[in-house]
Amino acid sequence: MEERKIVLSAKDVEVKFRVRDRYLTAIRGVSLDLYEGETFAIVGESGSGKSVFTKTFTGMLESNGSVTKGSVMFHGKDLTKLKTDKDWEGIRGAKIATIFQDPMTSLNPIRTIGSQITEVIEKHQGVSKSDAKAQAIEMMERVGIKDAANRFDEYPFQYSGGMRQRIVIAIALSCHPEILICDEPTTALDVTIQAQIISLIRDLQHELGFTTLYITHDLGVVANVADRVGVMYGGQIIEYGNVEEIFFDPRHPYTWALLSSLPQLGEKGKELYYITGTPPSLYNEIKGDAFAPRNEHALKIDFVQEPPFFKVTDTHYAKTWLLDPRAPKLEKPEVIRNLHEKIQKMTDKGGAFHVE
Amino acid sequence: MSNEKNGREVILSVKHVDVSFEVGHKKKFDAVKDANFDIYKGETFALVGESGSGKTTLGRAILRINPCSAGEILFEGKRISGKISHEEDRNVVRNIQMIFQDPAASLNERATIEYCVSEGLYNFHLYKDEADRIAKVDRALESVGLLPEHKSRYPHEFSGGQRQRVGIARAMIMDPKFIVADEPISALDVSIRAQVLNLMNKLKAEKNLTYLFIAHDLSVVRFIADRIAVIHRGEIVEIADSETLFEYPIHPYTVSLLSTVPMPDPIVEKSRKHIVYDPSQLDQSGEKRELKELRPGHFVLANSKEFAAYEEKITRLEKERRQ
Repeated sequence: MEERKIVLSAKDVEVKFRVRDRYLTAIRGVSLDLYEGETFAIVGESGSGKSVFTKTFTGMLESNGSVTKGSVMFHGKDLTKLKTDKDWEGIRGAKIATIFQDPMTSLNPIRTIGSQITEVIEKHQGVSKSDAKAQAIEMMERVGIKDAANRFDEYPFQYSGGMRQRIVIAIALSCHPEILICDEPTTALDVTIQAQIISLIRDLQHELGFTTLYITHDLGVVANVADRVGVMYGGQIIEYGNVEEIFFDPRHPYTWALLSSLPQLGEKGKELYYITGTPPSLYNEIKGDAFAPRNEHALKIDFVQEPPFFKVTDTHYAKTWLLDPRAPKLEKPEVIRNLHEKIQKMTDKGGAFHVE
Repeated sequence: MSNEKNGREVILSVKHVDVSFEVGHKKKFDAVKDANFDIYKGETFALVGESGSGKTTLGRAILRINPCSAGEILFEGKRISGKISHEEDRNVVRNIQMIFQDPAASLNERATIEYCVSEGLYNFHLYKDEADRIAKVDRALESVGLLPEHKSRYPHEFSGGQRQRVGIARAMIMDPKFIVADEPISALDVSIRAQVLNLMNKLKAEKNLTYLFIAHDLSVVRFIADRIAVIHRGEIVEIADSETLFEYPIHPYTVSLLSTVPMPDPIVEKSRKHIVYDPSQLDQSGEKRELKELRPGHFVLANSKEFAAYEEKITRLEKERRQ
């Protein structure tokens, strides 16, 4: 494998929240290296900690939460040591930018679109008003706003949902960040718009060369955008690898379950696969494998001792005792065997998702 | 009988319905234009479209929340739109229930589950005595996979999937014949979605229910629906059996929608072409379009010129499939 440059390195991060005199451990020791120019996707259900984890990269944890262990290294600086807004200046927004789920809540409804873009450019680049405006219009055109100069003075309500998300992207990219965090960027959008926004982000990434970190619960989106994938459950990454490895050779039972419950794989008249039970409460100390109580393949040791990461390939690791040499050999569920052949058939001529 | 068609009993007929809203001064916005279809007893009829397409508005028109500005809606052969008697109105409320998108927002957070589920019983005095009411609540909770001891809890104590079950129990306790499910799984996590879909299918089989399933996601609909109507900007552009719609999607908007369903396969997904719907490719002669039957049970919105083109396309596809 070629040597690639690491832009950000999180080591053993733990995040706790104080909620009414109790402590909730939202992130339980997560490590992640982001390589330059790649697209990494974190997949997980709500409450798995995927948003919280990435908020430590920009210092945007809610005030009752804090990083209690670990480090996040970025350009030789440990981001977990930064405290005040002043410390974050030059990093948050400038080097690491975030796009959120709902474009309506990330834009100020009573200010013009143009002023919201120029504000960022003026602040971070220290250029004159007219230069900032020229840059803003160029950025608007780049994200696909037609007739940008005339729409510069319009307000967010005059834009459609997809257009608003394009503006949010324009704002995020106007400072040429090195890392773009996309937190469920398309969940609030329609499927047809979703496809457009995803390909816009990808085109811009090719053009500008930033690193993208996607946070999503939608495996279809992951398949489309990601180079590498990390699956989160109960505040930990439990499996990570190249996107093909995660989809075609998943090893953790939770990844199996997540893939199996996709409606695309459902057969009419038959029950869809589903995961029983509920995710663990993060108020309590979790013993063993967090997924064990919901895992039909759970081993005895899963309830006793937390599994380490086992290596599958140089790029693919999974945190499950099933990979221990002493564990019984288990095959992944029938529905997700030969996944590629199945999906290929669905999209080939005569398949349900074939279009022409 | 008047409410029978193709040998199947029609439970609900939407006849040339328009729903419009007033926008400012005497301006009208047509949210639904000339919706015209039947729903058969015991089927799951899906209404699929983007936000703003009018799918929810149409669902709400059936529930008598949004008035129709033209056309009428018949339930079991009787008109339920427009002015009807108080008694008939109550009959509609009892027999047509709704499941909402966001279970957190649709349950009263200050009320216990027992009250949330009993509310319909209270409103319609559908119980003999307290013991009867509690027995009915227990049965409703049990039918959605919750336990009787959950009765005394509050909505916030439940997970999203469980809350949606409470929402379903609340509808089920009325013993309805028809359920409008407005994006019932969109707010839920992937693993929970499957549970709720399975539950809806189970209840449908047990109680011979009919669903109007409103959704934006074709992959979900393929699994649950018997027939599908695709709606775009207030107009239904295509109606067909679920299998037919996926095998022979004809209207360009349906094709575009189908091409954007994300597939869980990095190789396929990365090479897949997303087709953007471009209405300017339709015939621009200005001839009026209407829903026309292309094949038995397969309707498509078209004028005469477009219809000819669609006919050509489906004939070609059929020939290809047969080979």
